[in-house]
Amino acid sequence: MEILQEGHGELIGWHDPDENREWVRAHKPRDLVDKRMGIAEAVARFMHDGDFIASGGFGHVRVGMAAIYEIIRQGRRGLVMAGKTAVHDADLLIAAGCVDRIEVAYSFGHELRGLSPASRRMVEGGHCQVVAEISNAGYQWRFLAAAMGVPFIPARNLLGTDTLKYSSAKVVADPWSGKPLCLLPACYPDVAIIHVTRCDMYGNAQIDGTLIEDFELARAARRLILTTEEIIPEAQIRAEPWRTAIPFFLVDAVTEVPFGSHPCQMPLRYYFDEDHIREWMRRSVTAEGADAYFQEYVFDAPDFEAYLQKIGGSTRLSYLQQVEALRG
Amino acid sequence: MADTPYSSTELLACVAARLLEDRKSVFVGTGLPMIAAMLAQRTHAPGLLIIFEAGGIGPQIPVLPISVGDSRTFHRAVAASSMHDVMSISQAGYLDYGFLGAAQIDPHGNINTTVIGEHDHPTVRLPGSGGANDVGSFCHRTVIIMRQDRRKFAAQLDFLTTPGHLDGPGARERAGLPANTGPHRVITQLGVYGFDDATMTMRLLAVHPGVTVEEVRANSSFPIPAAEPLAVSAAPTVEEQRILREIDPTGLLIKR
Repeated sequence: MEILQEGHGELIGWHDPDENREWVRAHKPRDLVDKRMGIAEAVARFMHDGDFIASGGFGHVRVGMAAIYEIIRQGRRGLVMAGKTAVHDADLLIAAGCVDRIEVAYSFGHELRGLSPASRRMVEGGHCQVVAEISNAGYQWRFLAAAMGVPFIPARNLLGTDTLKYSSAKVVADPWSGKPLCLLPACYPDVAIIHVTRCDMYGNAQIDGTLIEDFELARAARRLILTTEEIIPEAQIRAEPWRTAIPFFLVDAVTEVPFGSHPCQMPLRYYFDEDHIREWMRRSVTAEGADAYFQEYVFDAPDFEAYLQKIGGSTRLSYLQQVEALRG
Repeated sequence: MADTPYSSTELLACVAARLLEDRKSVFVGTGLPMIAAMLAQRTHAPGLLIIFEAGGIGPQIPVLPISVGDSRTFHRAVAASSMHDVMSISQAGYLDYGFLGAAQIDPHGNINTTVIGEHDHPTVRLPGSGGANDVGSFCHRTVIIMRQDRRKFAAQLDFLTTPGHLDGPGARERAGLPANTGPHRVITQLGVYGFDDATMTMRLLAVHPGVTVEEVRANSSFPIPAAEPLAVSAAPTVEEQRILREIDPTGLLIKR
């Protein structure tokens, strides 16, 4: 196939499909193993300095925040992040110095709330490097290619733009129609964190609401840490197997963390904590403010339970539940 | 603009909503596009099929969602699906309209939402494409809603994030984008623009009440031809304003 154009963005997370098949064969057990562990152990075992990481959900929706805080607490460095509509998670990890490179579909903006003061400061100051650009569909189809075990997915986006020039995609002539076609390379994160509604101790997981891109991401990532609102019996999974979005053999760790998406939304359970998100955006205007925020909510909170007490405990959480149920 | 009994955001939302046709589909981004689509659904277009990139398909949205992944985007929807699903059906041709915002636009309707200044040494780092490049590539007609000034209406973009008509007629097809797609209208706080068939560049179709062509041109760094005769947008009706306040009761957007 003739290559008509090549993006010069850094190719992040790519493996030869045969190499990845061998890795999967060697490292992903097919038997039912109890994978329950604390978030500190999950992050310590499966996430290492320099890893390429992806966080599930979307923006401020269904984000594994307990894992994000733990990465900051453990002081991971040199992480590369998938900016696949990664907003609050990426903003914190960049501000804390954990992530210093990112491939961006959508980051640095808290949607309607405005641009991220911390990420902007770090990127504009040269402390965090944008290594490639892509779009949301583009990133998600990179995960799809990995999930399918093929080297790329053809698509009709990015064409004609600077987004393509700064991406890791290539343009070829479609062998059938002859029209230019964008090839999106497969993307295998070293570690993904996905927060789910419920799962069993083996990692068979159900997600209420939209899946966003987590079906593909779960299958693309080499290591997968699940945080879950609740752990349910295996029998409940088997009673309604059509509800399983993520089967156990994809999963490396299962951590039960009720309200584990706070201050982000958990669809059908609790709404965004707008006051807390605003507090972060206000305090992170300066590096000192961001550090003080981390001291208060991460380092001075030994675990997620202690964090939940700091943000207002059960009074605040039940208010967020009411808002989500449209009773607020 | 003279003192009016409505905010410029209310006017923008109403003008955008009126463009949407009943029994058509629209891919909706965060912010004003959401308000416009919700207003259309509650007025002349009850059969409007609203789609969100996180997977919400055909919702009856109760109140303004904060995010395009918010659970409000699949409230009483026909499906809560996935990004792969909605992006695929868009690419396959099921989306009539795409609604986008922009930080910068050029005469051909190309959009920048990535960076102001040099990419590797940015003056202002913006969020990036998000789903904009996909929506702008796949939907049959793209509608761009944005505020206009000389910096935002730029002769030359700092970064071309999302394809408009690229460099003119036929350019999208030559690049490999789906045929017969691209920007259809641009709506700003001053007026409504279409695209000239011969050049695929923006021309003014309508001004909002109280706005002059001179004012429009003073707020663009590229020349803006005006249609003859030039239309004037209708002001928001009392009923439209009532519904807007119902959609956004706390004035998150419409009071701006």
